[in-house]
Amino acid sequence: MDAAIHSEGLRVHRGKLDVLRDLSISVPRGQVVGLLGPSGSGKSTLMRSIVGAQRIAAGTVTVLGLPAGAPALRQRIGYVTQAPSVYDDLTVAQNLRYFARVISAPASDVERVIAEVDLVPQTNQLVGSLSGGQINRVSLAAALLGSPELLVLDEPTVGLDPVLRRDLWQLFATLARRGVSLLVSSHVMDEARRCDRILLLHNGTLLADETPEGLLVTTGTTDADDAFLTLIARAAA
Amino acid sequence: MNPRLTLATSARVLTQVRHDPRTVVLLLAVPSLLIGLMAWIFTDTPLFDTIGPALLGLFPFIIMFLITSITTLRERRSGTLERLMTMPLGKFDFIVGYTLAFGLLAILQSLIAVGFAVWVCGLTVSGNAWLLILVAVVNAILGTTLGLFASAFATSEFQVIQFMPALVFPQILLGGIFVPRDKMPDVLHSISDWLPLSHSIEALQKVSQASDASGDVLREVGVVALWAVAFVVLGSITLRRKTE
Ligand SMILES: Nc1ncnc2c1ncn2[C@@H]1O[C@H](COP(=O)(O)OP(=O)(O)OP(=O)(O)O)[C@@H](O)[C@H]1O
Ligand SMILES: [Mg+2]
Repeated sequence: MDAAIHSEGLRVHRGKLDVLRDLSISVPRGQVVGLLGPSGSGKSTLMRSIVGAQRIAAGTVTVLGLPAGAPALRQRIGYVTQAPSVYDDLTVAQNLRYFARVISAPASDVERVIAEVDLVPQTNQLVGSLSGGQINRVSLAAALLGSPELLVLDEPTVGLDPVLRRDLWQLFATLARRGVSLLVSSHVMDEARRCDRILLLHNGTLLADETPEGLLVTTGTTDADDAFLTLIARAAA
Repeated sequence: MNPRLTLATSARVLTQVRHDPRTVVLLLAVPSLLIGLMAWIFTDTPLFDTIGPALLGLFPFIIMFLITSITTLRERRSGTLERLMTMPLGKFDFIVGYTLAFGLLAILQSLIAVGFAVWVCGLTVSGNAWLLILVAVVNAILGTTLGLFASAFATSEFQVIQFMPALVFPQILLGGIFVPRDKMPDVLHSISDWLPLSHSIEALQKVSQASDASGDVLREVGVVALWAVAFVVLGSITLRRKTE
Protein backbone atom coordinates (compact mmCIF):
# COMPACT_ATOMS: atom_id res chain seq x y z
CA MET A 1 0.00 0.00 0.00
CA ASP A 2 1.25 3.50 -0.80
CA ALA A 3 2.23 5.96 1.90
CA ALA A 4 -0.26 8.25 3.63
CA ILE A 5 1.93 11.25 2.87
CA HIS A 6 4.74 11.46 0.39
CA SER A 7 6.70 14.54 -0.57
CA GLU A 8 9.39 14.85 -3.23
CA GLY A 9 11.74 17.82 -3.45
CA LEU A 10 9.32 20.09 -1.59
CA ARG A 11 10.38 23.73 -1.48
CA VAL A 12 8.51 26.47 0.30
CA HIS A 13 9.42 30.14 0.51
CA ARG A 14 7.79 32.34 3.13
CA GLY A 15 8.65 35.98 2.88
CA LYS A 16 12.34 36.09 1.97
CA LEU A 17 13.00 32.82 3.74
CA ASP A 18 13.57 29.35 2.27
CA VAL A 19 11.56 27.52 4.88
CA LEU A 20 11.53 24.03 3.35
CA ARG A 21 14.48 23.08 1.14
CA ASP A 22 14.11 20.10 -1.09
CA LEU A 23 12.24 18.09 1.46
CA SER A 24 11.40 14.47 0.67
CA ILE A 25 9.49 12.61 3.33
CA SER A 26 7.22 9.64 3.63
CA VAL A 27 4.61 8.91 6.29
CA PRO A 28 3.36 5.31 6.31
CA ARG A 29 -0.33 4.53 6.76
CA GLY A 30 -1.78 3.43 10.09
CA GLN A 31 1.07 4.78 12.21
CA VAL A 32 1.65 7.64 14.60
CA VAL A 33 4.50 9.63 13.13
CA GLY A 34 6.07 12.37 15.22
CA LEU A 35 7.30 15.53 13.54
CA LEU A 36 10.03 17.01 15.70
CA GLY A 37 12.47 19.81 15.28
CA PRO A 38 13.56 23.11 16.79
CA SER A 39 11.29 26.10 16.77
CA GLY A 40 11.27 27.64 13.30
CA SER A 41 12.51 24.48 11.59
CA GLY A 42 9.43 24.37 9.36
CA LYS A 43 7.12 21.87 11.08
CA SER A 44 3.99 23.98 10.77
CA THR A 45 4.90 24.95 7.22
CA LEU A 46 5.25 21.28 6.26
CA MET A 47 1.87 20.50 7.82
CA ARG A 48 0.25 23.40 5.99
CA SER A 49 1.72 22.06 2.74
CA ILE A 50 0.23 18.65 3.48
CA VAL A 51 -3.29 19.95 4.12
CA GLY A 52 -3.09 22.20 1.06
CA ALA A 53 -3.05 25.52 2.90
CA GLN A 54 0.49 26.48 1.89
CA ARG A 55 1.57 27.79 -1.48
CA ILE A 56 4.60 25.75 -2.50
CA ALA A 57 7.47 26.84 -4.74
CA ALA A 58 8.52 23.45 -6.10
CA GLY A 59 8.17 19.73 -5.61
CA THR A 60 5.18 17.49 -5.03
CA VAL A 61 3.16 16.45 -2.02
CA THR A 62 0.95 13.39 -2.37
CA VAL A 63 -1.61 12.71 0.33
CA LEU A 64 -3.64 9.48 0.42
CA GLY A 65 -2.74 8.99 -3.23
CA LEU A 66 -3.92 12.45 -4.35
CA PRO A 67 -2.07 15.75 -4.80
CA ALA A 68 -2.18 17.80 -1.58
CA GLY A 69 -5.09 20.20 -1.54
CA ALA A 70 -7.27 18.10 -3.88
CA PRO A 71 -10.97 18.74 -3.14
CA ALA A 72 -11.59 15.02 -2.55
CA LEU A 73 -9.12 15.12 0.36
CA ARG A 74 -11.02 17.76 2.33
CA GLN A 75 -13.41 15.14 3.70
CA ARG A 76 -10.64 12.70 4.57
CA ILE A 77 -8.16 14.80 6.57
CA GLY A 78 -8.45 16.18 10.08
CA TYR A 79 -6.21 19.20 10.68
CA VAL A 80 -5.36 21.06 13.86
CA THR A 81 -3.51 24.34 13.43
CA GLN A 82 -0.89 25.31 15.99
CA ALA A 83 -2.95 28.21 17.35
CA PRO A 84 -6.41 26.91 18.33
CA SER A 85 -8.74 27.65 15.43
CA VAL A 86 -12.20 27.68 16.96
CA TYR A 87 -14.75 30.43 17.55
CA ASP A 88 -14.37 31.88 21.01
CA ASP A 89 -17.86 33.42 20.91
CA LEU A 90 -19.52 30.02 20.52
CA THR A 91 -19.88 27.23 23.07
CA VAL A 92 -17.85 24.03 22.74
CA ALA A 93 -20.89 22.16 21.38
CA GLN A 94 -21.87 24.95 18.97
CA ASN A 95 -18.34 25.03 17.53
CA LEU A 96 -18.27 21.29 17.01
CA ARG A 97 -21.82 21.15 15.63
CA TYR A 98 -20.84 23.68 12.96
CA PHE A 99 -17.67 21.85 11.94
CA ALA A 100 -19.58 18.53 11.94
CA ARG A 101 -22.12 20.01 9.51
CA VAL A 102 -19.33 21.32 7.28
CA ILE A 103 -17.81 17.85 6.89
CA SER A 104 -21.22 16.13 6.88
CA ALA A 105 -20.38 14.10 9.98
CA PRO A 106 -23.29 12.63 11.96
CA ALA A 107 -24.56 14.94 14.74
CA SER A 108 -23.82 12.21 17.29
CA ASP A 109 -20.10 12.70 16.58
CA VAL A 110 -20.13 15.91 18.59
CA GLU A 111 -20.78 14.09 21.83
CA ARG A 112 -18.19 11.44 21.03
CA VAL A 113 -15.33 13.85 20.35
CA ILE A 114 -16.16 15.98 23.38
CA ALA A 115 -15.75 12.85 25.49
CA GLU A 116 -12.54 11.89 23.67
CA VAL A 117 -10.86 15.16 24.61
CA ASP A 118 -12.37 15.05 28.11
CA LEU A 119 -14.46 18.22 27.92
CA VAL A 120 -17.90 16.87 28.86
CA PRO A 121 -18.37 19.30 31.79
CA GLN A 122 -17.53 22.23 29.47
CA THR A 123 -19.92 21.19 26.68
CA ASN A 124 -22.08 24.30 26.94
CA GLN A 125 -19.41 26.75 28.04
CA LEU A 126 -18.30 29.57 25.74
CA VAL A 127 -14.88 28.74 24.27
CA GLY A 128 -13.66 32.24 25.15
CA SER A 129 -14.12 31.42 28.82
CA LEU A 130 -12.10 28.18 28.74
CA SER A 131 -8.49 27.74 29.84
CA GLY A 132 -5.75 27.63 27.20
CA GLY A 133 -5.37 23.86 27.35
CA GLN A 134 -9.12 23.40 27.14
CA ILE A 135 -9.33 25.60 24.04
CA ASN A 136 -6.58 23.50 22.42
CA ARG A 137 -8.65 20.43 23.10
CA VAL A 138 -11.74 21.94 21.45
CA SER A 139 -9.59 22.59 18.40
CA LEU A 140 -8.34 18.98 18.50
CA ALA A 141 -11.91 17.66 18.94
CA ALA A 142 -12.95 19.39 15.71
CA ALA A 143 -10.30 17.41 13.82
CA LEU A 144 -11.59 14.12 15.25
CA LEU A 145 -15.11 14.65 13.85
CA GLY A 146 -16.25 12.30 11.12
CA SER A 147 -13.86 9.51 10.25
CA PRO A 148 -10.70 11.12 8.90
CA GLU A 149 -8.17 8.73 7.36
CA LEU A 150 -5.34 11.12 8.12
CA LEU A 151 -4.86 13.41 11.09
CA VAL A 152 -2.39 16.27 10.81
CA LEU A 153 -1.98 17.66 14.31
CA ASP A 154 0.24 20.67 14.99
CA GLU A 155 1.33 20.51 18.63
CA PRO A 156 -1.97 19.14 19.92
CA THR A 157 -0.67 18.41 23.40
CA VAL A 158 0.90 21.77 24.15
CA GLY A 159 -0.15 23.21 27.52
CA LEU A 160 -1.63 19.96 28.77
CA ASP A 161 -0.83 18.16 32.02
CA PRO A 162 0.88 14.74 31.97
CA VAL A 163 -2.35 12.82 32.57
CA LEU A 164 -4.15 14.43 29.65
CA ARG A 165 -1.08 14.09 27.45
CA ARG A 166 -0.90 10.38 28.19
CA ASP A 167 -4.62 9.97 27.49
CA LEU A 168 -4.36 11.77 24.16
CA TRP A 169 -1.34 9.75 23.05
CA GLN A 170 -3.31 6.62 23.96
CA LEU A 171 -6.15 7.94 21.81
CA PHE A 172 -3.72 8.52 18.93
CA ALA A 173 -2.42 4.96 19.27
CA THR A 174 -5.97 3.57 19.29
CA LEU A 175 -6.80 5.54 16.16
CA ALA A 176 -3.65 4.25 14.45
CA ARG A 177 -4.65 0.67 15.31
CA ARG A 178 -7.96 1.35 13.56
CA GLY A 179 -5.95 2.28 10.46
CA VAL A 180 -5.87 6.07 10.81
CA SER A 181 -2.56 7.68 9.84
CA LEU A 182 -1.31 10.42 12.14
CA LEU A 183 1.33 13.10 11.77
CA VAL A 184 1.82 14.84 15.10
CA SER A 185 4.27 17.67 15.69
CA SER A 186 5.72 18.30 19.10
CA HIS A 187 8.37 20.18 20.97
CA VAL A 188 8.44 17.73 23.82
CA MET A 189 11.11 15.16 23.05
CA ASP A 190 9.63 12.94 25.70
CA GLU A 191 6.62 12.47 23.43
CA ALA A 192 8.89 11.09 20.72
CA ARG A 193 9.02 7.67 22.32
CA ARG A 194 5.22 7.36 22.03
CA CYS A 195 5.46 7.55 18.23
CA ASP A 196 5.93 4.66 15.81
CA ARG A 197 8.31 6.75 13.76
CA ILE A 198 10.00 10.11 14.08
CA LEU A 199 10.77 12.70 11.44
CA LEU A 200 13.35 15.18 12.63
CA LEU A 201 13.32 18.50 10.85
CA HIS A 202 16.12 21.06 11.05
CA ASN A 203 16.26 24.27 9.04
CA GLY A 204 13.80 22.94 6.54
CA THR A 205 15.68 19.73 5.82
CA LEU A 206 15.14 16.20 7.09
CA LEU A 207 17.73 15.11 9.66
CA ALA A 208 16.30 11.75 10.56
CA ASP A 209 13.48 9.35 9.70
CA GLU A 210 13.71 6.60 12.30
CA THR A 211 11.91 4.60 14.92
CA PRO A 212 12.42 6.03 18.44
CA GLU A 213 14.68 3.07 19.30
CA GLY A 214 16.61 3.43 16.06
CA LEU A 215 17.22 7.08 16.84
CA LEU A 216 18.81 6.20 20.20
CA VAL A 217 20.95 3.51 18.60
CA THR A 218 22.25 5.65 15.72
CA THR A 219 23.10 8.50 18.07
CA GLY A 220 24.46 6.29 20.86
CA THR A 221 22.29 8.07 23.42
CA THR A 222 19.80 6.94 26.01
CA ASP A 223 17.11 9.58 25.89
CA ALA A 224 15.30 11.50 23.20
CA ASP A 225 16.61 14.89 24.28
CA ASP A 226 20.23 13.78 23.90
CA ALA A 227 19.54 12.07 20.58
CA PHE A 228 18.00 15.25 19.33
CA LEU A 229 20.89 17.44 20.50
CA THR A 230 23.42 15.02 19.00
CA LEU A 231 21.76 15.06 15.60
CA ILE A 232 21.46 18.83 15.58
CA ALA A 233 25.12 19.15 16.56
CA ARG A 234 26.10 16.75 13.74
CA ALA A 235 24.04 18.74 11.27
CA ALA A 236 25.69 21.97 12.35
CA ALA A 237 29.18 20.45 12.10
CA MET B 1 -21.84 25.80 -3.68
CA ASN B 2 -23.90 23.74 -1.27
CA PRO B 3 -27.01 25.42 0.21
CA ARG B 4 -26.84 23.24 3.31
CA LEU B 5 -23.31 24.44 4.11
CA THR B 6 -24.18 28.03 3.23
CA LEU B 7 -27.08 28.00 5.68
CA ALA B 8 -25.00 26.22 8.33
CA THR B 9 -22.49 29.05 8.02
CA SER B 10 -25.18 31.74 8.29
CA ALA B 11 -26.64 30.03 11.35
CA ARG B 12 -23.19 29.84 12.93
CA VAL B 13 -22.53 33.54 12.31
CA LEU B 14 -25.92 34.51 13.75
CA THR B 15 -25.28 32.34 16.82
CA GLN B 16 -21.98 34.18 17.32
CA VAL B 17 -23.76 37.53 17.09
CA ARG B 18 -26.42 36.33 19.52
CA HIS B 19 -23.73 35.74 22.13
CA ASP B 20 -22.90 39.44 21.96
CA PRO B 21 -26.14 41.27 22.87
CA ARG B 22 -24.43 44.63 23.12
CA THR B 23 -23.40 44.46 19.48
CA VAL B 24 -26.95 43.53 18.49
CA VAL B 25 -28.39 46.53 20.36
CA LEU B 26 -25.81 48.92 18.90
CA LEU B 27 -26.29 47.50 15.44
CA LEU B 28 -30.05 47.92 15.50
CA ALA B 29 -30.27 51.21 17.38
CA VAL B 30 -27.34 53.38 16.30
CA PRO B 31 -28.56 54.32 12.79
CA SER B 32 -31.91 55.39 14.25
CA LEU B 33 -30.22 57.42 16.98
CA LEU B 34 -28.06 59.21 14.42
CA ILE B 35 -31.08 59.95 12.24
CA GLY B 36 -32.96 61.24 15.28
CA LEU B 37 -30.03 63.52 16.07
CA MET B 38 -29.96 64.84 12.50
CA ALA B 39 -33.72 65.51 12.60
CA TRP B 40 -33.23 67.41 15.83
CA ILE B 41 -30.31 69.46 14.45
CA PHE B 42 -32.42 70.47 11.43
CA THR B 43 -35.61 71.07 13.44
CA ASP B 44 -36.19 74.63 12.24
CA THR B 45 -35.09 74.11 8.65
CA PRO B 46 -36.58 72.12 5.76
CA LEU B 47 -33.20 70.38 5.30
CA PHE B 48 -34.08 67.12 7.03
CA ASP B 49 -36.49 66.18 4.26
CA THR B 50 -33.67 66.62 1.72
CA ILE B 51 -30.86 64.98 3.59
CA GLY B 52 -32.82 62.44 5.66
CA PRO B 53 -33.33 59.88 2.88
CA ALA B 54 -29.62 59.88 2.05
CA LEU B 55 -28.82 59.26 5.71
CA LEU B 56 -31.04 56.18 5.64
CA GLY B 57 -28.67 54.89 3.02
CA LEU B 58 -25.45 56.03 4.63
CA PHE B 59 -25.58 54.94 8.25
CA PRO B 60 -26.59 51.31 7.70
CA PHE B 61 -24.11 51.08 4.81
CA ILE B 62 -21.20 52.29 6.92
CA ILE B 63 -22.09 50.21 9.96
CA MET B 64 -22.60 47.01 8.01
CA PHE B 65 -19.35 47.61 6.11
CA LEU B 66 -17.38 47.92 9.32
CA ILE B 67 -19.03 45.01 11.13
CA THR B 68 -18.61 42.56 8.26
CA SER B 69 -15.07 43.47 7.38
CA ILE B 70 -13.92 43.19 10.98
CA THR B 71 -15.74 39.91 11.61
CA THR B 72 -14.28 38.26 8.54
CA LEU B 73 -10.84 39.65 9.28
CA ARG B 74 -11.10 38.03 12.72
CA GLU B 75 -11.91 34.76 11.01
CA ARG B 76 -8.75 35.09 8.90
CA ARG B 77 -6.54 35.92 11.85
CA SER B 78 -7.87 33.32 14.26
CA GLY B 79 -7.04 30.47 11.89
CA THR B 80 -10.68 29.36 11.59
CA LEU B 81 -10.70 30.40 7.94
CA GLU B 82 -7.57 28.31 7.30
CA ARG B 83 -9.28 25.36 8.95
CA LEU B 84 -12.50 25.86 6.96
CA MET B 85 -10.53 26.13 3.72
CA THR B 86 -9.07 22.66 4.34
CA MET B 87 -12.62 21.36 4.84
CA PRO B 88 -15.31 20.71 2.22
CA LEU B 89 -16.69 24.25 2.54
CA GLY B 90 -16.92 26.16 -0.75
CA LYS B 91 -15.66 29.72 -0.97
CA PHE B 92 -19.12 30.76 -2.12
CA ASP B 93 -20.66 28.97 0.88
CA PHE B 94 -18.48 31.06 3.14
CA ILE B 95 -19.12 34.43 1.49
CA VAL B 96 -22.81 33.86 0.79
CA GLY B 97 -23.26 32.43 4.29
CA TYR B 98 -21.90 35.66 5.73
CA THR B 99 -23.95 37.77 3.31
CA LEU B 100 -27.18 36.04 4.35
CA ALA B 101 -26.47 36.31 8.07
CA PHE B 102 -25.47 39.96 7.99
CA GLY B 103 -28.09 40.66 5.32
CA LEU B 104 -30.73 39.53 7.81
CA LEU B 105 -29.33 41.91 10.41
CA ALA B 106 -29.20 44.61 7.75
CA ILE B 107 -32.91 44.10 7.02
CA LEU B 108 -33.83 44.49 10.70
CA GLN B 109 -31.57 47.51 11.03
CA SER B 110 -33.04 49.22 7.96
CA LEU B 111 -36.62 48.47 9.00
CA ILE B 112 -36.00 50.11 12.36
CA ALA B 113 -34.16 53.08 10.82
CA VAL B 114 -36.82 53.76 8.18
CA GLY B 115 -39.65 53.34 10.68
CA PHE B 116 -37.93 55.69 13.09
CA ALA B 117 -37.20 58.30 10.41
CA VAL B 118 -40.74 58.30 9.02
CA TRP B 119 -42.90 57.84 12.10
CA VAL B 120 -40.82 59.38 14.86
CA CYS B 121 -38.78 62.05 13.05
CA GLY B 122 -41.52 62.91 10.56
CA LEU B 123 -39.52 62.38 7.37
CA THR B 124 -41.77 63.11 4.40
CA VAL B 125 -41.95 60.25 1.93
CA SER B 126 -43.82 61.16 -1.25
CA GLY B 127 -43.29 57.76 -2.86
CA ASN B 128 -44.01 54.29 -1.53
CA ALA B 129 -42.66 53.74 2.02
CA TRP B 130 -42.04 50.05 1.28
CA LEU B 131 -39.90 51.06 -1.64
CA LEU B 132 -37.90 53.26 0.71
CA ILE B 133 -37.38 50.24 2.97
CA LEU B 134 -36.33 48.12 0.00
CA VAL B 135 -33.71 50.69 -1.03
CA ALA B 136 -32.36 50.96 2.51
CA VAL B 137 -32.12 47.17 2.84
CA VAL B 138 -30.36 46.65 -0.49
CA ASN B 139 -27.99 49.42 0.46
CA ALA B 140 -27.15 47.85 3.83
CA ILE B 141 -26.53 44.56 2.03
CA LEU B 142 -24.21 46.45 -0.32
CA GLY B 143 -22.22 47.56 2.75
CA THR B 144 -22.07 43.93 3.90
CA THR B 145 -20.75 42.62 0.62
CA LEU B 146 -18.25 45.46 0.19
CA GLY B 147 -17.00 44.71 3.72
CA LEU B 148 -16.59 41.02 2.87
CA PHE B 149 -14.63 41.88 -0.24
CA ALA B 150 -12.50 44.61 1.37
CA SER B 151 -11.44 42.43 4.29
CA ALA B 152 -9.52 40.24 1.82
CA PHE B 153 -7.03 43.08 1.45
CA ALA B 154 -6.62 43.86 5.12
CA THR B 155 -4.20 42.09 7.40
CA SER B 156 -5.00 44.09 10.52
CA GLU B 157 -7.89 45.86 12.19
CA PHE B 158 -6.07 49.16 11.65
CA GLN B 159 -6.15 48.62 7.91
CA VAL B 160 -9.85 47.79 7.95
CA ILE B 161 -10.58 51.06 9.71
CA GLN B 162 -8.48 52.85 7.07
CA PHE B 163 -10.64 51.33 4.35
CA MET B 164 -13.49 53.48 5.63
CA PRO B 165 -11.93 56.76 4.51
CA ALA B 166 -10.39 55.05 1.48
CA LEU B 167 -13.39 53.19 0.06
CA VAL B 168 -16.46 54.67 1.70
CA PHE B 169 -15.86 58.39 2.15
CA PRO B 170 -15.14 59.14 -1.54
CA GLN B 171 -18.43 57.45 -2.40
CA ILE B 172 -20.22 59.63 0.14
CA LEU B 173 -18.56 62.81 -1.13
CA LEU B 174 -19.32 61.98 -4.76
CA GLY B 175 -22.77 60.57 -3.97
CA GLY B 176 -24.62 63.84 -4.41
CA ILE B 177 -25.47 64.66 -0.80
CA PHE B 178 -23.30 67.75 -0.55
CA VAL B 179 -23.39 68.89 -4.17
CA PRO B 180 -25.89 67.46 -6.63
CA ARG B 181 -23.99 65.16 -8.95
CA ASP B 182 -24.91 67.05 -12.15
CA LYS B 183 -23.35 70.20 -10.67
CA MET B 184 -19.98 68.48 -10.19
CA PRO B 185 -17.05 68.84 -12.59
CA ASP B 186 -17.56 66.46 -15.52
CA VAL B 187 -14.78 64.06 -14.54
CA LEU B 188 -16.16 63.65 -11.04
CA HIS B 189 -19.67 63.29 -12.37
CA SER B 190 -18.62 60.42 -14.64
CA ILE B 191 -16.73 58.76 -11.82
CA SER B 192 -19.73 59.09 -9.54
CA ASP B 193 -21.89 57.37 -12.15
CA TRP B 194 -19.84 54.25 -11.54
CA LEU B 195 -19.97 54.26 -7.75
CA PRO B 196 -22.66 52.07 -6.19
CA LEU B 197 -23.45 54.52 -3.40
CA SER B 198 -24.39 57.25 -5.91
CA HIS B 199 -27.17 55.02 -7.16
CA SER B 200 -28.44 54.21 -3.66
CA ILE B 201 -28.53 57.86 -2.71
CA GLU B 202 -30.30 58.72 -5.93
CA ALA B 203 -32.86 55.99 -5.32
CA LEU B 204 -33.44 57.18 -1.75
CA GLN B 205 -33.90 60.78 -2.84
CA LYS B 206 -36.23 59.87 -5.70
CA VAL B 207 -38.48 57.67 -3.63
CA SER B 208 -38.93 60.31 -0.96
CA GLN B 209 -39.32 63.32 -3.23
CA ALA B 210 -41.46 62.09 -6.11
CA SER B 211 -44.51 59.89 -5.88
CA ASP B 212 -44.31 58.71 -9.49
CA ALA B 213 -40.69 57.64 -9.72
CA SER B 214 -41.06 53.94 -8.85
CA GLY B 215 -39.64 52.79 -12.18
CA ASP B 216 -36.53 54.97 -11.84
CA VAL B 217 -36.09 53.89 -8.25
CA LEU B 218 -36.24 50.22 -9.13
CA ARG B 219 -33.67 50.74 -11.87
CA GLU B 220 -31.28 52.40 -9.40
CA VAL B 221 -31.90 49.62 -6.87
CA GLY B 222 -31.11 47.14 -9.60
CA VAL B 223 -27.73 48.79 -10.18
CA VAL B 224 -26.96 48.66 -6.46
CA ALA B 225 -28.00 45.00 -6.29
CA LEU B 226 -25.71 44.20 -9.22
CA TRP B 227 -22.83 45.79 -7.38
CA ALA B 228 -23.65 43.73 -4.30
CA VAL B 229 -23.61 40.55 -6.39
CA ALA B 230 -20.33 41.64 -7.98
CA PHE B 231 -18.77 42.11 -4.53
CA VAL B 232 -19.94 38.64 -3.49
CA VAL B 233 -18.30 37.16 -6.58
CA LEU B 234 -15.12 39.21 -6.11
CA GLY B 235 -15.07 38.28 -2.41
CA SER B 236 -15.22 34.58 -3.29
CA ILE B 237 -12.55 34.90 -5.94
CA THR B 238 -10.14 36.70 -3.64
CA LEU B 239 -10.61 34.11 -0.89
CA ARG B 240 -7.57 31.85 -1.06
CA ARG B 241 -7.30 28.25 0.03
CA LYS B 242 -3.51 28.38 -0.25
CA THR B 243 -1.61 31.27 1.30
CA GLU B 244 2.05 32.25 1.53
N1 LIG C 1 3.70 34.05 7.30
C1 LIG C 1 5.04 33.96 7.31
N2 LIG C 1 5.80 34.83 6.59
C2 LIG C 1 7.13 34.75 6.57
N3 LIG C 1 7.84 33.84 7.25
C3 LIG C 1 7.15 32.95 7.98
C4 LIG C 1 5.73 32.96 8.05
N4 LIG C 1 5.34 31.97 8.86
C5 LIG C 1 6.46 31.37 9.27
N5 LIG C 1 7.55 31.94 8.76
C6 LIG C 1 8.95 31.53 8.98
O1 LIG C 1 9.09 30.21 8.52
C7 LIG C 1 9.94 29.46 9.38
C8 LIG C 1 9.26 28.16 9.75
O2 LIG C 1 8.11 28.44 10.47
P1 LIG C 1 7.19 27.28 11.04
O3 LIG C 1 6.01 27.93 11.66
O4 LIG C 1 6.96 26.28 9.98
O5 LIG C 1 8.15 26.65 12.17
P2 LIG C 1 7.83 25.54 13.26
O6 LIG C 1 8.84 24.46 13.08
O7 LIG C 1 6.42 25.16 13.21
O8 LIG C 1 8.14 26.32 14.60
P3 LIG C 1 7.47 26.18 16.05
O9 LIG C 1 7.98 24.93 16.62
O10 LIG C 1 7.98 27.38 16.77
O11 LIG C 1 5.99 26.19 15.84
C9 LIG C 1 10.25 30.36 10.57
O12 LIG C 1 11.57 30.81 10.44
C10 LIG C 1 9.28 31.50 10.44
O13 LIG C 1 9.88 32.71 10.86
MG1 LIG D 1 4.86 25.40 14.45
